[in-house]
Amino acid sequence: MKRVWSIIFLVSALALASTSTFAQCKNFAKNTCKPQLDPYIHDGIYNATELSEGESAELFKTFYSGQEYRIAICGDASLPPIEFQILDADRNVLFSNKEANYAKVWDFKLEASQQLIVSIQVTTNDDKVSDQVARGCVAVLIGFLNTDK
Amino acid sequence: MRVNLLNLRALRLVAIAGFASILVSCGSEGGNSDSEDSLSVNNDQLQKEKIVKEAKKVMFSLPSPIETSMLIKRAGAQYNEEFLNPVGNISKYTTNKSMALAMGVYGADLSYASIFEQTQTVMKYMSASKKLADGLGLLSTIDNSIVKRLENNVNDRDSIIRIISETFMNSNSSLKEDNRPALAAIILAGGWIEGLYIATSVTKSTKDKELIERIVDQRLSFNDLQKLLESNNDNPDCAQILNDMAPVRTAFEAIQVQTSEIVPVTDKESKITTLSGTSKIQITEAQFKKLKEETIKLRTAIIK
Repeated sequence: MKRVWSIIFLVSALALASTSTFAQCKNFAKNTCKPQLDPYIHDGIYNATELSEGESAELFKTFYSGQEYRIAICGDASLPPIEFQILDADRNVLFSNKEANYAKVWDFKLEASQQLIVSIQVTTNDDKVSDQVARGCVAVLIGFLNTDK
Repeated sequence: MRVNLLNLRALRLVAIAGFASILVSCGSEGGNSDSEDSLSVNNDQLQKEKIVKEAKKVMFSLPSPIETSMLIKRAGAQYNEEFLNPVGNISKYTTNKSMALAMGVYGADLSYASIFEQTQTVMKYMSASKKLADGLGLLSTIDNSIVKRLENNVNDRDSIIRIISETFMNSNSSLKEDNRPALAAIILAGGWIEGLYIATSVTKSTKDKELIERIVDQRLSFNDLQKLLESNNDNPDCAQILNDMAPVRTAFEAIQVQTSEIVPVTDKESKITTLSGTSKIQITEAQFKKLKEETIKLRTAIIK
């Protein structure tokens, strides 16, 4: 019976931890990443999660022709640089920030509407002394320009 | 004794599965996998965590209603208040599902009104959205300070657009924070359906080429919405909405679209990259009529 309660406690604790992780990463996205979108209008969505070195995530989003966009990627200060790539639906690489000195923003527009994939990966820090794997919030925010004036 | 051991093992597996599903459901929009801090409990759990950790987190992001409204205005749409869901309907929405759908619908309506600078309508629909947010337990999402900010920026359209964009989508992340991702997905579904309804309503025929292009573009975000709802398929409301949306999917699938390869070209001065490429849409009047009819049916069902 003791073990049963331990398991129930563990599951509950993990549920709470998971919820607070999202809240924490949302705040990180709001305070650290959102200012990088300026002067673009944030679409209002905080795509944020916690990742460790070497881990990756993908965001699928439709982007529309004639609209100008900015993608901003931010990682917690404790993390190594965040690599991001923009892929088309067939997973062809259209942009890689690795070739742009790990730039944190990318501005673009499209001639035809497309579903694109924003692929992010936390790089690994091979030079560090400690064995501890760094872990922290990573956010992907998207902004668009209001050109209808 | 054997039975007890089996029960404990089964319970442990259920707990591990629960742990894994919590990680999955607390992703972002429809994240289908995630990894979290590990606790060393036993080998089974470590093994499970390893599997979860190796999976890649996937998120789906839908266009904000403001963005959609901006696009259809630029394509030549006119403002028509008759297309909005009357705020008087609010008393009909009493379940979580109907309130979440209506919140999405009103979010799209107020976005459409704001793009056309219909300030009084914006205020009216923001108040309606506030009531729904309160009903869903999202008290801090639309509070009086937001209504005040709107009033103070009544002549500054950019500020109004920013406030609406943030407010509407904030309800989405608040629900995820609150561990209610299915409701967050339902709000987005309501907003997306209303956006498509407005776009098809303002378009008279396939001769409105720019508007048609915007409408057909929605097939792409339809896929994102479908995946988002599928990732919450264990929720009966999400499963039902997915089912109800099937005729719209069929109507989209009947339209032929040919796309070319995308070539990125970066302007050295502005540093802005243009993703060049073309898409050729072939749509008949009958196909457009069908899409419009199915959209009206779907929208009528969610606002009734």
